[in-house]
Amino acid sequence: MKNTIRDYILGNLLFTEDPSVLQDDDSFLASGIIDSTGILEIILFIEETFDIKVNDDEMLPANLDSVNKLAAFVMRKQLVAA
Amino acid sequence: MCGINGIAALSMQTNISERDVRSMLPPLQHRGPDGHGVYIDPGRRIGLGHTRLSIIDLAGGAQPMHNEDSSVWVTFNGEIFNYLELRADLIKHGHCFYTDSDTEVIVHAYEHYGDDFVQQLNGQFAIALWDEGRRRLLLVRDRAGILPLFYTRQGERLLFASEIKALLPQLTTAPIISPAALDQIFTFWAPRSPNTLFENIFEVSPGHLLTVENGCVSESRYWDWQFPEQGDYLAGSDSELGEQLYALLADATAIRLRADVPVGAYLSGGLDSSALVSLIRHYSAAPLKTFSIGFEQAALDESAFQQQMIDHLGVENSRICCTNGDIAEHFPATVFHAETAILRTAPTPMRQLSGLVRASGYKVVLTGEGADETLGGYDLFKEAKIRQFWARQPQSEWRPLLLKALYPYLETSGAQSQSYLRNYYSIGLDKPEQPGFSHLTRWFTTAQCKVFFSQALNAALREEAAAGLTGRLPAAFGRWHPSNRAHYLEAKTLMGGYLLCSQGDRMLMANSVEGRFPFLDHRVIEFANRLNPRLKMRALNEKYLFKQAMKKHLPQQIIERHKQPYCAPDIPAFFSAQPPAYVDDLLSADKLKRYGYFDAPKVGLLLNKARRGSSLAYKDNMALVGVLSTQLCHYFFIEQFSRTIREADSPAFY
Repeated sequence: MKNTIRDYILGNLLFTEDPSVLQDDDSFLASGIIDSTGILEIILFIEETFDIKVNDDEMLPANLDSVNKLAAFVMRKQLVAA
Repeated sequence: MCGINGIAALSMQTNISERDVRSMLPPLQHRGPDGHGVYIDPGRRIGLGHTRLSIIDLAGGAQPMHNEDSSVWVTFNGEIFNYLELRADLIKHGHCFYTDSDTEVIVHAYEHYGDDFVQQLNGQFAIALWDEGRRRLLLVRDRAGILPLFYTRQGERLLFASEIKALLPQLTTAPIISPAALDQIFTFWAPRSPNTLFENIFEVSPGHLLTVENGCVSESRYWDWQFPEQGDYLAGSDSELGEQLYALLADATAIRLRADVPVGAYLSGGLDSSALVSLIRHYSAAPLKTFSIGFEQAALDESAFQQQMIDHLGVENSRICCTNGDIAEHFPATVFHAETAILRTAPTPMRQLSGLVRASGYKVVLTGEGADETLGGYDLFKEAKIRQFWARQPQSEWRPLLLKALYPYLETSGAQSQSYLRNYYSIGLDKPEQPGFSHLTRWFTTAQCKVFFSQALNAALREEAAAGLTGRLPAAFGRWHPSNRAHYLEAKTLMGGYLLCSQGDRMLMANSVEGRFPFLDHRVIEFANRLNPRLKMRALNEKYLFKQAMKKHLPQQIIERHKQPYCAPDIPAFFSAQPPAYVDDLLSADKLKRYGYFDAPKVGLLLNKARRGSSLAYKDNMALVGVLSTQLCHYFFIEQFSRTIREADSPAFY
């Protein structure tokens, strides 16, 4: 799952296939790779790819702001759903 | 309106040939389909050319035109709206006129006032004036930059024309796209005046006058947007100032109805065009025809509001409905006419709209463009105001939440999105006094598109675009109210460089239609600039005084309507169906590498994303349109340079 997320971020937000430009703990916000509409793309991506629903009150950097945070968040959501 | 062109000798050894001057006329054919003329002075120091769209004095207005003893000659594009008053005044002072045109006023006003003649003109103009006695050429451009005028030095000659494409036949090699201009476009949406997309080709900046004399070229500014420094704002109650504003707008509109052909108007359904149409109705008994754009996407379409105004004022309206396919099909021609890279497709429907005007038998339209810049309408101004307010207490939890009122989509990202708001909009919050503060978020977001620049392009950049702009502001800039600083920057970047050119004059003139802009009458700008900023934006209520002035004349829903920015579909225009062949061709890895401006693998990934339909981000849309339009510019003006010259006015390559 982490690889899927990382590949998505690299190919769709950083526009590169070079994995060295993104560490799993890098903050998307701090690196400026998403703009105010870009966050909607990330949410759409994890909802469609991992079949989960992100609630309004979950749209927090704590859940969405790095590869590791996204992976942990998706895993939690899938566990709850299961 | 018209096209002008010419060549001036910069050394005694250089003679100007009529053939050279004539070679510049065909590319301007669309600006002036009704006739053309050339003047070469007896000493062959100057050649002036003109292509004519006849609007005033249809029989007698041929150009170039001269004074009583043929010692002053002019070729002129535009309108002098106060020409009747000026003419009467000049006749009183003994000048003799041989036509009824507004053009002739220019030569006599020059004789009478010298270079200060331009201060007498109320209008939109690009003027080339030759003083035979002094062997001196003046190139003058109107205050706001409504009409274009470009020039380049080529050996011992200065070439000038209304459009860059008319300079090309006199260049020995294709022009070069300027890395610095691309940097500016991918930051401000337009090159910073006097730069153009091309190296060594410049524009005469709005409000400037270029003098060519004894082989030397010098530039001076005769007018600029200025604001009170120490609270020296116009005195008066809201209602008094509202009445003054209304009277001024009424006169600015009335003098723009002067023409010997019927005049129409653009109607978007927003406050500005609605107010304008209402003003025209009030001051003209002639039947009024309006023209509107609709979109197939409901989110972009304003038809319901347009219909409300059509019913309210009883005007006859014609409308185009712009589809994704239309934009994809017409985008190359848009770029050919704009002669610059653009980050939005929004000019394309404007060209379709002027096509409708022309097909309806009209040559002149009034538009509401400029009201947001003069009277305080943009969301960007509100954003800047909120950010100023927030900067006073950067730790405040609720101050940034005001931004939600501005950008409704922020609501959809949830009540807990404060940390995101904080991050996106807090740029520069620690230095609210810095000159570009109002525009930092826009410039920063736009500049994200530079991630697609190639290494070679990045390596050629010397100065960061925003720093280059803020380092060249007027001395008094820092002493103006923060809102007025935002107005100034907006007028000098987006309005002058994009709205009035790429989306304005070029899209109008592509179909031989003249636009007129009452809100950019310099008297309106000067009045508005002296208003207390709170009369333009009261709390977060935009164009406050303007609404007060207009409320008796417009339906309440129009007055109270939340402003909708004019947008056209960008990525979806090209990728909601199979993209046209030129898109695949120009965005292929091969062409990207060959032209050299962009990183082919990165653009490839952006293309994949666009094809999947998963690009929502603003910056993806801007980047794709920016890359495509840059590639088109290279194709038209560099790769196909010889063919573009040969086929002049008909770019039917794709």
